Amino acid sequence: MSKLLLASLTLALTSSVAFADTIKIGVVGPFSGPAALQGKNFQAGIDAWLAINGNTIGDDTIEIVYRDLPAPDPAQSAALTQELIVSEGVQYLAGYYYTPDAMAAAPILEEGNVPMVVFNAATSAIVNASPYVVRTSFTTWQTSTPMAAVARERGIDKVITVVSDYGPGVDSEAAFVAGFTEAGGEIVESVRMPMNTNDFSPMMQRIKDSGAEAVFAFLPAGPATLGFVQAYVENGLKDAGVTLLAPGDLTQEPDLAALGDNAVGLLTTFHYAVSHDSPENEVFVEAASKAIGSASELSFPAVGAYDGMYVISKMIEATGGNQDAAAAVEAVKGLSWVSPRGPVSINPENRHLTQNIYLREVAQEDGQYINREIQTFENQGDPGWKAP
Amino acid sequence: MQTILSIGADALSYGMVLFIISIGLSVTMGLMKVVNLAHGAFAMIGGYIASYATQQMGLPFGVAIIAAVLGTMLVAVPLERFLYRRIYGAPELTQVLMTIGITFAIIGIANFAMGPTLKTIALPSQLQGPVDLGFRTIAAHKLFAAAVGVVVAIALWFIIERTPFGVRLRASVDDAAMAGALGIRTKIIYAVSFALAVGLAALGGVVGAQLLPIEPYYALHYMVTFLVVVSVGGAGSITGALVAALLLGAVQTTGRYLMPEYGEFFFYLAVIAIVCVFPNGLMGRSK
Repeated sequence: MSKLLLASLTLALTSSVAFADTIKIGVVGPFSGPAALQGKNFQAGIDAWLAINGNTIGDDTIEIVYRDLPAPDPAQSAALTQELIVSEGVQYLAGYYYTPDAMAAAPILEEGNVPMVVFNAATSAIVNASPYVVRTSFTTWQTSTPMAAVARERGIDKVITVVSDYGPGVDSEAAFVAGFTEAGGEIVESVRMPMNTNDFSPMMQRIKDSGAEAVFAFLPAGPATLGFVQAYVENGLKDAGVTLLAPGDLTQEPDLAALGDNAVGLLTTFHYAVSHDSPENEVFVEAASKAIGSASELSFPAVGAYDGMYVISKMIEATGGNQDAAAAVEAVKGLSWVSPRGPVSINPENRHLTQNIYLREVAQEDGQYINREIQTFENQGDPGWKAP
Repeated sequence: MQTILSIGADALSYGMVLFIISIGLSVTMGLMKVVNLAHGAFAMIGGYIASYATQQMGLPFGVAIIAAVLGTMLVAVPLERFLYRRIYGAPELTQVLMTIGITFAIIGIANFAMGPTLKTIALPSQLQGPVDLGFRTIAAHKLFAAAVGVVVAIALWFIIERTPFGVRLRASVDDAAMAGALGIRTKIIYAVSFALAVGLAALGGVVGAQLLPIEPYYALHYMVTFLVVVSVGGAGSITGALVAALLLGAVQTTGRYLMPEYGEFFFYLAVIAIVCVFPNGLMGRSK
């Protein structure tokens, strides 16, 4: 028995030398469970990048190793991350849909000499958790702050904020309140809704009673947005002229068909719309739609993954395929390129993406609902980030 | 005053949706003594059928409801014959394990077949938009759900209490061996009442879909709510389920309006209080 173990160990050791030109990238994301759609989008982004650029960088071949993490679960995230580093021998880690998962995996990076490219998790503080974290998505602060300017430009003085009661919701509220009061607006009330609220009528009554001209809302992309937008219309707030303002999570493209006419005219701020008009995006959308199977399922995590793959490819180029996390991260600091979402760059200070945030309006085009970009806030950093 | 009326209207409509979606579970748990954790999964199948019928095939809403109820029953018949029949009278843990397994299987199939995105059911124009109640407007589909709830409650009460089938059902439940000896075909009675419960689940899934949207995890998301309504009301009691649904709907709606930051606190506080005072539920028969 022990001989067999020894033999397989020797084999494992020699084989890792023999295939040193295969670079493994471990991707942790929700590939099943309630957020499976977003995991699918990670995969679509990665597949699109591989389809366009091929799976070789220099002499090295990339291999993607997926690990499923269906729901936020920090302990499991740390375990999967460790397993990827120790037994799969991955040189890069990527993915991470939820903040707690990314936070739990971050402390392992330095010891494992592995950089992490976050494809989604959107809390400002993640980049502080380890110097080896680079993020290609957005932060809730980043997407929420420009909405304050939008509200003021439209002559709105009084706003009520209504957010889902969890980390990103609270971030979103803080970002909007900070921006809006600074611009001279007044927040009449701030309400936090329990995560599993399904009947939003009482909330709408409360918005009505508050006498605000507009409501700023944050809900995570998914089932709850349908009930919220429907209640907003059915309780007569839309007709009464109470403007609904929200970050783009509320109107992610796969949900738009379900939201239907109720959503038309809604204003949201976000970093990426599938309908973004640029040659880079056209190429991306075509490849990613093919990868995911149906264009209607394409959403923002796909572009985070696509850009993440670009960043990893630059890291591999810079280190010549050798495992050197510090050099890899150093190499992409300040990197700038044109992403499907527009021009972006990595802020060397916090390794987070500086990017355009767009104001979009839900519109119907060729029988499909889209987020039509109508205003651009250029080169937005992360206002929520504080130096550690 | 207007606010109170307004909360009242919301509470009533939400409570009726809770009732209509939970009553089928009350039948399986109370009358058939099966802890059917797959209840939400059947409601979800009904929702998917109605969504497919209205969105893809362009059928009218009424036809879609009937198709959803019958279609879901059709799915349930083989499940009853091959799976559920084995767990009648089995310990509760066995029932829970098997039905939760069925739930996960259905979630997986739904995710594979229909995709992970939200599905909506197209409403006829009469049910869209708000209806003016004088002091406020309320969504027409909520009034519809409330009306359906009333009809279901009366019809079910009539079937169970006043028809020969109801007599046989109650006899089979109380003492299956004795009922069989008297010539009641208990297997058929069980199969029919199971189909009835599943049909009610599907109806609830369709009518309640505006508040509880159809997606693969529907089957698990709302399971706790259904179970709470049934246990607070007393399993098997129609009046109990109705009172429980309205009461809990009122508590939750008022809580959401006045103190949303407390979340579900008041809802579960009410549940704990009621179950402490009435261990068998509001109208449950003592064991």
